[in-house]
Amino acid sequence: MKSIIMALMGASLALFGPLASARAAAPINPQADLKAFQGYFLKRFPNVPLAAYVNGPYNFSKSEADQWKQIMEFPPYQFALDTGKSLFNAKFPNGKDYASCFPNGGIGIAQNYPMFDAKTGRVVTLGIAVNRCRVANGLKKLKLTTGPMADILAYMTSTSDGKKINVVVPNNPKALAAYQAGKEYFYSRRGQLNFSCASCHVQEAGMHLRGNVLAPALGMTASFPLYRSKWGNMGTLVRRFIGCNKKVHSAPAKPDSAAYRDLAYFLTYMDNGLPVSGPGARP
Amino acid sequence: MNLRASLFSLSLLAGLSAVGVSQAATPAQIAAGQEIAETTTLGNCDACHMFTGATEAGNVGPALKDVKSMVPNRKEFYAIIYDEEARNPQTVMPAFGKNHILSPEQINDVIDFMYTK
Ligand code: HEC
Ligand code: HEC
Repeated sequence: MKSIIMALMGASLALFGPLASARAAAPINPQADLKAFQGYFLKRFPNVPLAAYVNGPYNFSKSEADQWKQIMEFPPYQFALDTGKSLFNAKFPNGKDYASCFPNGGIGIAQNYPMFDAKTGRVVTLGIAVNRCRVANGLKKLKLTTGPMADILAYMTSTSDGKKINVVVPNNPKALAAYQAGKEYFYSRRGQLNFSCASCHVQEAGMHLRGNVLAPALGMTASFPLYRSKWGNMGTLVRRFIGCNKKVHSAPAKPDSAAYRDLAYFLTYMDNGLPVSGPGARP
Repeated sequence: MNLRASLFSLSLLAGLSAVGVSQAATPAQIAAGQEIAETTTLGNCDACHMFTGATEAGNVGPALKDVKSMVPNRKEFYAIIYDEEARNPQTVMPAFGKNHILSPEQINDVIDFMYTK
């Protein structure tokens, strides 16, 4: 047992290494990070092919995988998908619609988000883009965690099903800084229990924390938004961030905060090349 | 009486059992230790460690069995629960003492309980 733990620790050190050197002002290199990140998991779990990481915990628990197959006979997100589609297609009071705010009418574009917006110098998640569209058309923002926003994102994501995730970090100091901030958030320990995201989703990936499989960080963003039986409804990626922050007794950030935008930017960039597979379903 | 208060008075009754002082654990201390070990907001030991009697235990940490030979030195055991990061900076085991999740009395109760495993 000890030797396994030591081996895991050694492996995770290899991944923490680059961060330590990044702190010493090494150049920010998302492409090199991505190669190391994906390579780390592929080497550690040689039986899990790259694209299968989008199925998160199901690669690591046969009982959960069996349950999942049953659940997917009647996907629990179907209702959200239908609602999301009609919300997306409804006209705003001013006669315009969501399609008018997005390239390609919003269809088949989810794989490109989060996106760096050079005008504001900030990262824009698909949810934030939907809210921007609403505000531009005189409507109130929607809550970013669940409800109608999760439904609209479920529909938009479904139109990208199978497309390869393609998040771009342009060679722009603000974009690189946002990426780096997300990366540091991911690897920094916080809260009374002093966990980083990486503690659970890199170092202990595939292990069981009580009854829960700790999903590997690779592929984590690909199935969102998702229906979670424990929630009893749909949730977005930020809802998950908030839940995991609370788990370790650390104060969650605001759903539209720079911290969460940047975290989503980093994590989704790490998933580049994997297929979009949302909406998803989890225990 | 809430759990914390009752645990506190229990440990007072037990004569402020200091670290390292060898004294037979009372059934009350062992029961208090079990409660702490299995309560998610306290020790939550079974989230990560399998031990006999734990339901739905995790496997993030090694199974805790035959604990007396695993960590024969009580002081060392106390240090592991107090702050495992001191021994292994990469560990995910929370620093229960250092971060004020468990009081010294509570740590001692957990040790008494674990030594029955
Ligand atoms: C103490 C352990 C722990 C920490 C720390 C933690 N998580 Fe999690 N995370 C879990 C568990 C357990 C699950 C899955 C089971 C559940 O939902 O309870 C999960 C699920 C997730 C999922 C969904 C994966 C899927 O495929 O369903 C995402 C995304 C995620 N976490 C991101 C994060 C991020 C980002 C952080 C840091 C801000 C973080 N987690 C910190 C334990 C943790
Ligand atoms: C979130 C996970 C987690 C929790 C909660 C946790 N531990 Fe651990 N524990 C570990 C890990 C991982 C190790 C392996 C060694 C390391 O990481 O330094 C460990 C190591 C140990 C060891 C040393 C085993 C050896 O081989 O020397 C003991 C004893 C121990 N834990 C007892 C406890 C007790 C008692 C509790 C509850 C008060 C507890 N742990 C809570 C994760 C945890």
